[in-house]
Amino acid sequence: MTGGNPTPETQEPAGIEAASSSRRSIGSIVRVAEIDTRLLGMIGALIAIWVLFNILSGGTFLTARNLWNLSVQTSVVAIMATGMVLIIVTRNIDLSVGSMLAVIGMSMALLQAEILPEWLGLGHPLIWIISLIAGILVGAIIGALQGAIVAYVGVPAFIVTLGGLLVWRGASWWLASGRTIAPMDDTFQILGGGSKGTIGGTWTWILAIVGCAAVVLLMWRRRRQRIKFGFEPRPMWAEIGIGTVLIGAIVGATAVINSYPMPALLAKKYAEEHGIAWHEGLEIPLGLATPVLIVIVVAIVMHFIAARVRFGRYVYAIGGNPEAAVLAGIKTRWTIVKAFTVMGVLTAIAAAVQIARLNAATSGLGQLTELYVIAAAVIGGTSLNGGVGTIPGAVLGALVMQSLVSGMVLMGVDAPLQDIVVGIVLVIAVAIDTYYRKRVST
Amino acid sequence: MTDTQVRTPLVEMKNIKVAFGGVHAVDDVSVDLFGGEVVAIVGGNGAGKTTLIRTLSGAHPADSGEIFIDGEQVTIHNPRDAKGFGVETIYQTLALAENQNAPSNMFLGRELKTTWGTLDDAAMEDAFRKVMARLNPKFLNFRVPVQSLSGGQRQSIAIAKAVYFNARIIIMDEPTAALGPAETAQVGELIRQLKSEGIGIFLISHDIHDVFDLADRIAVMHTGNLAGVVNKVDVTKDEVLAMIIMGKRASEVTDTDIEELH
Repeated sequence: MTGGNPTPETQEPAGIEAASSSRRSIGSIVRVAEIDTRLLGMIGALIAIWVLFNILSGGTFLTARNLWNLSVQTSVVAIMATGMVLIIVTRNIDLSVGSMLAVIGMSMALLQAEILPEWLGLGHPLIWIISLIAGILVGAIIGALQGAIVAYVGVPAFIVTLGGLLVWRGASWWLASGRTIAPMDDTFQILGGGSKGTIGGTWTWILAIVGCAAVVLLMWRRRRQRIKFGFEPRPMWAEIGIGTVLIGAIVGATAVINSYPMPALLAKKYAEEHGIAWHEGLEIPLGLATPVLIVIVVAIVMHFIAARVRFGRYVYAIGGNPEAAVLAGIKTRWTIVKAFTVMGVLTAIAAAVQIARLNAATSGLGQLTELYVIAAAVIGGTSLNGGVGTIPGAVLGALVMQSLVSGMVLMGVDAPLQDIVVGIVLVIAVAIDTYYRKRVST
Repeated sequence: MTDTQVRTPLVEMKNIKVAFGGVHAVDDVSVDLFGGEVVAIVGGNGAGKTTLIRTLSGAHPADSGEIFIDGEQVTIHNPRDAKGFGVETIYQTLALAENQNAPSNMFLGRELKTTWGTLDDAAMEDAFRKVMARLNPKFLNFRVPVQSLSGGQRQSIAIAKAVYFNARIIIMDEPTAALGPAETAQVGELIRQLKSEGIGIFLISHDIHDVFDLADRIAVMHTGNLAGVVNKVDVTKDEVLAMIIMGKRASEVTDTDIEELH
C-alpha cells in the first residue's frame, strides 16, 4: 500500500511475542495482522450510525429496502470522491465538480434527447453509448484544462476551480437556456438503477462469488510474493481471520441486497416475461443496482491506480514532498494534469448516473455536490495537507455521510437541521483524525 | 597509474554562470572531477556552492557554460537527464517523500515493474534490503513512512539510491549536517568505499575537518567566484579558511592574513 496508511513493522523478538501472547493486546493484534486502523475506525463509526438510526427509527433503518436505497443514493458522491482523493493528495482541490456534473449531464441529455434522435432516429441503439462517450470526453477535456492551468500556469487550484464552479454552472444553463431536458434514452436509463437498472438476484450472487474468489486469490498472491522474497508473511491466523471477515461481508451484503424484492407489479411482469408461474407474494430480488455496480468497478480501478501503478505513486509522492518528487525526476506538472483529468472522467460517469436516475437534466444539477464530495474524501481520511488518503476510505466516507442524511430523512428531521448535523460531523471527523495523527506521529 | 594530465576527467564543468535576477550566484566557474576522486566544494553561506552543483544535478540549469562527462559535452535540463548520465545527488534536505516508505523512496521515479506493468513492491523491498544490508545493516524499518525515521536512517536511504543505481558521479550536499558523530564517521567510511570503487564525488561541506579528512582536492568558492582549486596535501586548514573568508587565491594568502584569522 502506498503512503496512505502506515502498516507498522513488527520488530519485537519472537520471545517477547510468545510471552505476552496469552494476553495479547488488541493493538498488537491489529499491528501484526497489518490492519488499517483508520479504516477500521470508520467501519466502526458507520456501524454505530446504522445501529443508532435503527433504534431511533424503530427498526426501519436496517431493512433491506432502506439499505438498498442507501447504496444507490451514495453512488454519485462515492464515484466522484475516489477522484477527489487523488486531487487532494497532490495538495490541490477541485471545487468545480458539482458544476461540471451539471454541464456534462446537460450535454449528455441534449445529445440523447434532442440532437442524436434527429440524426439516428429516436430509440436508436447507439444513442446511449455515443452520449456516454461524449460526456466522458467533455469531462476529460474540462478536467485537463483546469489541471493544465493549475500545473503549468501556476494559478492555485482553489481559484481555478472556483472559477470553474461559476463558469460550468453558467454554461450548463446556457446549453439549454435553463430548460429541463427529458426523457433520457431507454438504454441509458439503466445506468441510473431504476426499475430496469438492476442486475437481478442470480447475477448478484455470481458477482459475490467472483468477489470472494478475488479476495482469496489476492491474499494468496501477496503471501506467495512475500515468501518468495523471504519476507515474513502475515501470520496464518490473521490471513484466515481477515479473509473470513471480507468474505463474510461480501456474502452478507449480497444476502441483504437480494432480500429486497421487486414491487409486485414489476415482479408480475418479470415473471410473465421469464415464464415463471406468478402467484401473490412471489418475491423476485431486484439484485444490485447498476450505479452500485459502477461504484464497485470505479473503486477497484481507482484503488489499483492509487496503489499499484506509477501514476498513483507519483500522486502520493507529490503530496508527501513536492520538491523531492521533482528532484526524483517525476514530471509533477503532468501528473497533476492527469489527476484533474481523472477527476473530470469520474465526474462524467457520476453525471451519467445522476441524469439517468432522475431521467432528466436541469441546469441546477449537482448543486453543492462538490462540498459533499470533498467532505466524503475528508471524512474518509484524506488529509488536506496532502499525501494521505485512500480510495476505500473515500467510498466509506461517502457512505457515512449518506447514511446520516438518509437516516435523518427517515426520521423526518427538517432539511436545515440535516445540514447542521452533517456540518458538525464533518468537523468532528477531521478533529478526531487530527488528534489520531498527532498521537501516531509522536 | 596513468598520469593525471592525460586522463580525461569524469566531469568537467566549464565557465558555468547562473544569475538570479541581477545577482550572479555563480560567475564563470570551472571545476573538474576524476574517477575515484573526492573534490570538496567549500565556501561561506551564499558563496554559490549549491547553485553550482545544482547545474550538474539538473535541479537548476546553468544560464551559460558547458558540462562534459567523459570528455563529451552534455546538456542537463532536469534531474532525469542527470541520472541518465550516472549523476546521483544526495541533497542537504535529503529530498524524501515523507509519506512513502524507504524502498519507494529509493526507487522514486524509477520504480520496478512486474510483467503486468504494475509496481513490484516486493522486488523493490528486496532490492532495498540487499543494498541496505551492505550500507547500514541496522536499518530494519522497511515499511514505515520515512518521516518517522532518524536523520542517519534517512541519510542511508539517500545514499542507497546512489549506490543501487550505479552512480558514477555522486554529489553530496552537506551529507553530515544532520548527523551525530557516529553517523558522520559512518558516512565518511562510505565515501572512502565509494571512492575506492572508482566513483567520483563532489562533496559540499561547511565542515573544514570533514573536508580535510575526505577530499583529495578542494575548490573554494567566494561570492559566486572560484577562489581557487588546491590539492589537499599542498595546503593547511588555515590557508583554506583564509581563502574561504577573504576569497584570495591560495598563493596570495599570506602569513599576516592567517594571523588576522586567529
